[in-house]
Amino acid sequence: MPERDALERAEDFVEVALGYPEELARAEAERCLQCANPTCIAGCPVNIDIKSFIGRILEGDYEGGTRVIKERNPLPAVCGRVCPQEEQCEKACILARKGEPVAIGRLERFLGDRELARPPAERERPETAPPSGRRVAVIGSGPAGLACAGELARLGHAVTVFESLHAPGGVLTYGIPEFRLPKSIVRAEIDALADMGVEVVTDTVIGATYTLGELLEDQGLDAAFIGAGAGLPVFLGIPGENLNGVYSANEFLTRVNLMKAYEFPTYDTPVWRGRKVAVVGGGNVAMDAARTAKRLGAEEVFLVYRRTEEEMPARREEVHHAREEGVEFKMLCSPVEVLGRDGWVTGLTATRMELGEPDASGRRAPVCVVGSEFTIDCDTVIVALGTRANPVLTSTADGLELTSRGYIVADENGATSVPGVYAGGDIVTGSATVIKAMGAGKRAAAAIHARLGAS
Amino acid sequence: MPFEVLQKRQLSEAVFEMTVAAPAVAAKVRPGQFLMLRVDEHGERIPLTFSDWDAEQGWVRFIFMVVGKTTHALSHREAGETIADLVGPLGKPTRVEGLGRCVVVGGGVGAAVAYPVARAMAEAGNEVTVILGARTADLLVLADEFEKLPISELIVATDDGSEGRKGLVTEPLKELCDAGVVDHAMAIGPAIMMKFCAATTRPYGVPTVVSLNPIMVDGTGMCGACRVSVGGETKFGCVDGPDFDGHLVDFEELMSRQRIYADEEREADAAYRQECSCRTK
Ligand SMILES: Cc1cc2nc3c(=O)[nH]c(=O)nc-3n(C[C@H](O)[C@H](O)[C@H](O)COP(=O)(O)OP(=O)(O)OC[C@H]3O[C@@H](n4cnc5c(N)ncnc54)[C@H](O)[C@@H]3O)c2cc1C
Ligand SMILES: Cc1cc2nc3c(=O)[nH]c(=O)nc-3n(C[C@H](O)[C@H](O)[C@H](O)COP(=O)(O)OP(=O)(O)OC[C@H]3O[C@@H](n4cnc5c(N)ncnc54)[C@H](O)[C@@H]3O)c2cc1C
Ligand code: SF4
Ligand code: SF4
Ligand code: FES
Repeated sequence: MPERDALERAEDFVEVALGYPEELARAEAERCLQCANPTCIAGCPVNIDIKSFIGRILEGDYEGGTRVIKERNPLPAVCGRVCPQEEQCEKACILARKGEPVAIGRLERFLGDRELARPPAERERPETAPPSGRRVAVIGSGPAGLACAGELARLGHAVTVFESLHAPGGVLTYGIPEFRLPKSIVRAEIDALADMGVEVVTDTVIGATYTLGELLEDQGLDAAFIGAGAGLPVFLGIPGENLNGVYSANEFLTRVNLMKAYEFPTYDTPVWRGRKVAVVGGGNVAMDAARTAKRLGAEEVFLVYRRTEEEMPARREEVHHAREEGVEFKMLCSPVEVLGRDGWVTGLTATRMELGEPDASGRRAPVCVVGSEFTIDCDTVIVALGTRANPVLTSTADGLELTSRGYIVADENGATSVPGVYAGGDIVTGSATVIKAMGAGKRAAAAIHARLGAS
Repeated sequence: MPFEVLQKRQLSEAVFEMTVAAPAVAAKVRPGQFLMLRVDEHGERIPLTFSDWDAEQGWVRFIFMVVGKTTHALSHREAGETIADLVGPLGKPTRVEGLGRCVVVGGGVGAAVAYPVARAMAEAGNEVTVILGARTADLLVLADEFEKLPISELIVATDDGSEGRKGLVTEPLKELCDAGVVDHAMAIGPAIMMKFCAATTRPYGVPTVVSLNPIMVDGTGMCGACRVSVGGETKFGCVDGPDFDGHLVDFEELMSRQRIYADEEREADAAYRQECSCRTK
């Protein structure tokens, strides 16, 4: 897929990957074998009928293709961009065995983008069932909540989505950067849901503004879905971590994406623009933070990870992009202290690691090499070690069973220990992926529908 | 989601009181809790403490001092206009029950935060003494309102002696501790004042709560911008606080972290003042 030049794009926040023009999309679709037994479909967590949407592209029936996708996934332009396709649908494509699966994600994006290029009134709108007279609350407007809301609306239920921030979208809005997922696209896909009758109420923290119990009892809602994500940042717990210039990736990315600090002072929220930035972590979040720091003008950006590139959980494509844009990888390093002067970061001391025996996850566990400490000269440290469950909602929800780590316990349909309350996405599984969260939201919607129909 | 401004009142040159319609929030507020607001689409999210609220009429009130761009822009919002966002109530409420003889110290705009706390402590049956401090008489806020509360004493102190006693709030605080009539102290104001209040009560072993004001972004525990060190542990000001044990807080770190964006804040405010003066010309 065409991409912008690495040096040019590393200076701004405009999208990196340009998307297929029509001829390339058609040529890629031609590669699909239209298998009698399309293995790709099982690889997609929401089981999009991939064979048939590609078939529509071949026929030039793009609207039809979009309709096929939207039966299963209300956010094609988002998923086409951020799904780890290489681990999902594309891995399961028959052609993957020969090393060149059909670029399913890119074709999905092609259709999603074409759809968004049409005037809103002409866009595909899934048919909605007649109003059921039932009302459901959805807590959190990330992918899990949005998918659940879209599905419930399609089934005829009145849905209100409550979001604590001032803008909906969850990680799509506050976490994933503009250069990977333009916010206008997130906005447009959410507007499409609003068109189906989904009401989104921002500035409302469930657990503070209302408790879960109040939503169900006082406001007379028939069921609730919790898609509150895993938004609590994890820190390293090493000395110097509260110095000025140390950020959680959540804070750094929220300032830049949600609050648009990259457009300061047009937007009021500032962000500290470091010259030398050390990002700690090896996942998508670390890549996003590193590439964002580069775009804010950092001369050097180091990625500090305690295992090797092999073990990094980030998508290959993002690792490749980060490297192209000049992010320097420091593998097998583990931070031990943030150094500072007058309250500000001056460096990060780390120790070298070796890979030892495989641990519980099957990955070889890093062990530190005694006496190997060294210091990375830097003025900013961004901690991207992952997130945990935020207790604001769960601590006020009576009877809601939680795991020892604070996640909500839910079965495969999202049912929790409280009748009528369902949950899905990162608040159940811990940090996962956009499409898995959406899959969980949809399964819960089906279960809620069955419950409302039965009662 | 826009919120309508119902009333705006100027309390002193730089201090304003604002009342905003927010029924869902008003139904939930307890003393010591705060809100986050954004004035407009380009605005920063800032925390302000509820000074008053009415669940039946559905409004909340807060008092703020104009210190930078956001508070400046907020001071220009008139009744009938809207602000872009308001969310709350956030943070843990202040403990007000069963405290005995309390001293509440409010410094500068901290008086606004101290007001509902002192009122709640008095209503909960505690014996309350309030010490209000400011640099000069013009900067004293809410002294009249405090007078009307069922408290046992109101002591005013100004640095220049233009009203009340001349000197710092820590002096009357120390005298009360010396007299042995303090079971519980609460200090609300600039970090430096809270630091010295905590230092004043420490030798007497008087439990002292402070209401911290670190920089915040979301106010719901999602970012960690607001982290403070309390007794050697990292806490999030917005969800674990804003109240903490004043004898355990690392005030030096708090003050350092409050200055992170000093340059950017100056730049934003200067640009805003320029823009305002252009508009009024
Ligand atoms: C920087 C970053 C990059 C990522 N990149 C990718 C990627 O490329 N591909 C991929 O597939 N996945 C990626 N992920 C992971 C993916 O974004 C998440 O797995 C997914 O967003 C989870 O969706 P969710 O709906 O469960 O939660 P979230 O997206 O976290 O949404 C939860 C929403 O609930 C709101 N909320 C929380 N508590 C409350 C409350 N009490 N009341 C009201 N609202 C509340 C939050 O404000 C938030 O808007 C990335 C994650 C991050 C942080
Ligand atoms: C829990 C809490 C309750 C508060 N209650 C009140 C109150 O009732 N009345 C009142 O006048 N002030 C209160 N404050 C302080 C108020 O939030 C700041 O004065 C305001 O954010 C300044 O914004 P500005 O853009 O006008 O000024 P800026 O120019 O941005 O900053 C001026 C000062 O405000 C601090 N500040 C800036 N941004 C933030 C932020 N997002 N969060 C916290 N501090 C910030 C800076 O460190 C600096 O010292 C409270 C702060 C906290 C954390
Ligand atoms: S939603 Fe994701 S996994 Fe499913 S087909 Fe699209 S790109 Fe593949
Ligand atoms: S498995 Fe691959 S080739 Fe077969 S239908 Fe699916 S995308 Fe086409
Ligand atoms: S303000 Fe973000 S965690 Fe407290």
